[in-house]
Amino acid sequence: MSDSFSRRSALRRLGGAAVLAVTPGALLAACSSGDQGGGAPSGSGSGGGNPTGPITFGSNYSDAAPKDAFAALTQAASTKTGVQVTINTVDHNTFQNNISSYLQGTPDDLATWFAGYRLQFFAAQNLLEPIDDVWEKIGGNFNDATKSLSKGIDGKYYLVPIYNYPWVVFYNKSVFQQRGYTVPKDWDAFIALCKQMQTDGLIPLAFAEKDGWPALGTFDILNLRINGYEYHIKLMKHEVPWTDKGVTAVFDKWRELMPYLQNGANGRIWQDAAKALENKQAGMMFQGSNQVAANYAEANLADLDFFPYPVINSEHGQDYMDAPTDGFMLPKKAKNKDAAKKILEYLGTADAESTFLKTDHWDVGVANGLVAPTYNEIQKKSVQAISDCKAVAQFMDRDTVPDMATAMIKLIQGFIDNPAPATVEALQKSAEDQAKTIFTT
Amino acid sequence: MVATTDRVTGPPAAPRRRRWRGARTLSTRDKWVLAGLLGIPLLLDLAFVWIPALGSVLLSFTKWTGVGSISLQPCGSRPTLPGIPEPGCVYGVQNYNQAFTVYPDFWPAVLHNAIWLLVFIVLATPLGMLLAVIIDRGIRGSRIYQSVLFLPVMLSLALIGIIWELIYSPNYGLLNSIIGRTSNENLIDWLGDPNLNLWAILVEATWRQAGYVMVLYLAGLKALDPALREAALVDGANAWQSFWRVTFPVLKPINIVILVVTVIESLRAFDLVYISSKGNVLNGLELLSVLVTQNIVGETQRIGFGSTLGVVLLVISLVPISIFLYQVFRKEART
Amino acid sequence: MTTVTATEKVIEPVVRRGSEPRRRSDVGRVLTQVFMIVITLAWITPILFALYVALRPIEETNRDGYVSLADRLTLANFTNAWRQSEMWTFFLNSVYITVPAVILTLLLASMVAFVVARLNFKFNIAMLILFTAGNLLPQQVIITPLYRLYLAIPLPGFLSESGLLYNSIFGLIVINVSFQLGFCVFVLSNYMKTIPPEIDEAAIVDGASLWTRYRRLTLPLCRPALAALATLLTTWIYNDFFWAITLISTGNRRPITSALANLQGQFVANQNMIAAAALIAAIPTLVVFVLLQKQFIRGLALGATKG
Repeated sequence: MSDSFSRRSALRRLGGAAVLAVTPGALLAACSSGDQGGGAPSGSGSGGGNPTGPITFGSNYSDAAPKDAFAALTQAASTKTGVQVTINTVDHNTFQNNISSYLQGTPDDLATWFAGYRLQFFAAQNLLEPIDDVWEKIGGNFNDATKSLSKGIDGKYYLVPIYNYPWVVFYNKSVFQQRGYTVPKDWDAFIALCKQMQTDGLIPLAFAEKDGWPALGTFDILNLRINGYEYHIKLMKHEVPWTDKGVTAVFDKWRELMPYLQNGANGRIWQDAAKALENKQAGMMFQGSNQVAANYAEANLADLDFFPYPVINSEHGQDYMDAPTDGFMLPKKAKNKDAAKKILEYLGTADAESTFLKTDHWDVGVANGLVAPTYNEIQKKSVQAISDCKAVAQFMDRDTVPDMATAMIKLIQGFIDNPAPATVEALQKSAEDQAKTIFTT
Repeated sequence: MVATTDRVTGPPAAPRRRRWRGARTLSTRDKWVLAGLLGIPLLLDLAFVWIPALGSVLLSFTKWTGVGSISLQPCGSRPTLPGIPEPGCVYGVQNYNQAFTVYPDFWPAVLHNAIWLLVFIVLATPLGMLLAVIIDRGIRGSRIYQSVLFLPVMLSLALIGIIWELIYSPNYGLLNSIIGRTSNENLIDWLGDPNLNLWAILVEATWRQAGYVMVLYLAGLKALDPALREAALVDGANAWQSFWRVTFPVLKPINIVILVVTVIESLRAFDLVYISSKGNVLNGLELLSVLVTQNIVGETQRIGFGSTLGVVLLVISLVPISIFLYQVFRKEART
Repeated sequence: MTTVTATEKVIEPVVRRGSEPRRRSDVGRVLTQVFMIVITLAWITPILFALYVALRPIEETNRDGYVSLADRLTLANFTNAWRQSEMWTFFLNSVYITVPAVILTLLLASMVAFVVARLNFKFNIAMLILFTAGNLLPQQVIITPLYRLYLAIPLPGFLSESGLLYNSIFGLIVINVSFQLGFCVFVLSNYMKTIPPEIDEAAIVDGASLWTRYRRLTLPLCRPALAALATLLTTWIYNDFFWAITLISTGNRRPITSALANLQGQFVANQNMIAAAALIAAIPTLVVFVLLQKQFIRGLALGATKG
């Protein structure tokens, strides 16, 4: 006992001294923190820095495979530009949830992020550095749609994109062959196929919603098919009220689908739904390719195929889909912007995308005409499916204020519990009430 | 030191609650020691707990995304681009108004917190105390029981999340597999069904709380003078009677610890739900602290609104517990 | 010394414990055992099941589900998890945070508890309520102002690479200590109240200083409570993820909990491997518990003989 106490007292002396040294400063700062608010801490000036680095790169590619792909990418960027890059990996969820305090704190010189409203939101709050000078050099590599995705509301560029991936209906080729199913082109054929699968003892559509976001994809695609892209964007910006009958129509169609969706979705993680598809207990699954394909065992991947969501309203055909785009941004408080911009110039090339896609077999590059030599069947088909679209949406949680997406997750889970018309009415009213508090000032 | 001696000559008949009054008996050096003993912890507590807490109370009257500074102008007085939030502004009591009216999760959360508290008071905490009493009697294998029962308290949230995912997973989980409800037609969605999930989570919570209470209570029992209990047994009381008549009343300070811990844990409950519903709040699992988290820690933050929910939670928990503690401590001081 | 005799008087009967409950009937004893065995099994089953899953390759559980007989058991998930998450770095971070934080918390809390429980001042009640109530605050409620505070407090370079309390391990220790103080003060002061006041009276007669009464008398008698609290604090601080994710922005400066999050991944979740990683991460707390459990059980007796 005596030795443990003497150890304690030694540490106590150390700790006590340190604490004393800190607290007066703490109290002073506490008094002034109220009015200073976002007062910039020392050390993070604007612009400048050493053009040859080194820089740090904040990454949310925490999964093993994308992590390797990202390491290969930064390695190549380093070699090309002579800028030394240190990667700071933070798991995807934590990175996302803390983005606001990350950007205001001591951010890295570059960071991974998403295109769309989710980019504009932070750019408009002056947390990101415009990179128009980078785009002067890389602009020729991208089409107009990708360019507009990379811009803030002020028309300046804030993102260099790297890849996107389609949200489509996956199935196993072998199951379709054995049972003689054909890819449904329109809603009636889709429902008929679901019915057939059910009689054949299959779960027609594997489905999971515990993670919150997967069902937003179903809402998006029904909305895009029924009401079109313009309507989707307006709704996301709350220029159309949530009580609109267009939204009611989406849920009416969804109700038709409910008997064919896997039961107990709210308590299932989507990986388990993908398992049901992979194990051929389910016939189809609607989700992003970089989830379903990435989750398939290597041996089963050859059997996996997909088709774009069937036509519901011939006016919009199969013109749109969700194809979220990921990329890289430059935080306003980056320490070494010149070197970071050199890296960005490289990242915005077809060469960089090909490097990244060497180890990533589910996303597709966004540079013009890129066909990476390592593309598999799914990737080749993804490129085609995306380029067939007149416009691609980013996904509800990237096209609207995240608070609104959070509110919708909860309401949609309520709909899955009880898809009655009365639920929809209450849901739409609640969505509109919450939208008003979120969007109006 | 001489000054202190005359104070010892008090009546030896009732010395139990007597303590030595005031600073008068302290030497100069003792006074410095006293200042150190109290001062350092107090400074830390004030600087890093109470001042931020006060800050949150102030923030609850603002509308703020957590970005930039807060101006003292009322909200809506500056034009903004559509969809882009206004910089921080004064919002008055609007947040409170919205929490009580528009926000659909608020009242369910209050109800669920109340259920949680009830289950803890009726089930989890008494179970933990019972386990402690049994283990304290030194029955065979008590070391093993104690270790196993305390295990859940020691596990990280990540592990607890995985453990119960493996139990409750609708198609592959242990529970549904055992009762044969894994097919698409008959599965039970333990964590997704809003009528079931609170109870499923309360099983997890009890699993952890019982071990926690057990250890706290056990430490109390260990500190107890066993002569007391022996005396009672000699007097012919059985184990049950000796516990209720002798042990329980003597352990009053520990019982208060347990009671306060139970209330705190029920009101602060957040992590199990957070990990089980993957950061979203599933229907049926709304709890006040989860809602606070969702609004304050997230990609876009509604700091003002989240702080408001936090203040509501504070008032609900702080006021009754402070009053309770004040009365308990004052009574003790008097006797 | 008077102090020792006083302590021994209180402690002495402990030696006889364990031989006492002879009166209980055999039926009662059997029923108690059955009850304890059932409860214990129920408590450990979920953990063993996770261990079982962690020992199986994901290809197998994906095919057959978790509840199935294993073709083979392998440690591959454990070794992969260890390697893939660079767990060693995070382990060390956790040690650097947890050890000083636990010791400081217990020390500071016992100081306050001693004053409010063993001395008689007017401000005692207010003090106790201040600390106890501080513990009621959920972490989430204070994080926003705290984050701003951490960005505003400069630290010398050797304590923090960022030059701020924010994003430093030192900052993490400070908040863990401050936040846990309240609870420990509350619990310790309540334990100290169960110590008979005669012990202090005797010490005062002996001319013991305030420091001696705290350090030599009160602390040794609080050993069971200190051991219990040390166990709890270690698990709480070691397992904390909230402060770590909100106040540290550099991934490899974070504690073990975030290494686990790194394995969760965004799109591919290898539950078997995550379970393995989480089980590895639980080992240090188990070790601490086993070590402290001895103290905890023999605590009082030891405190008396050596105090």
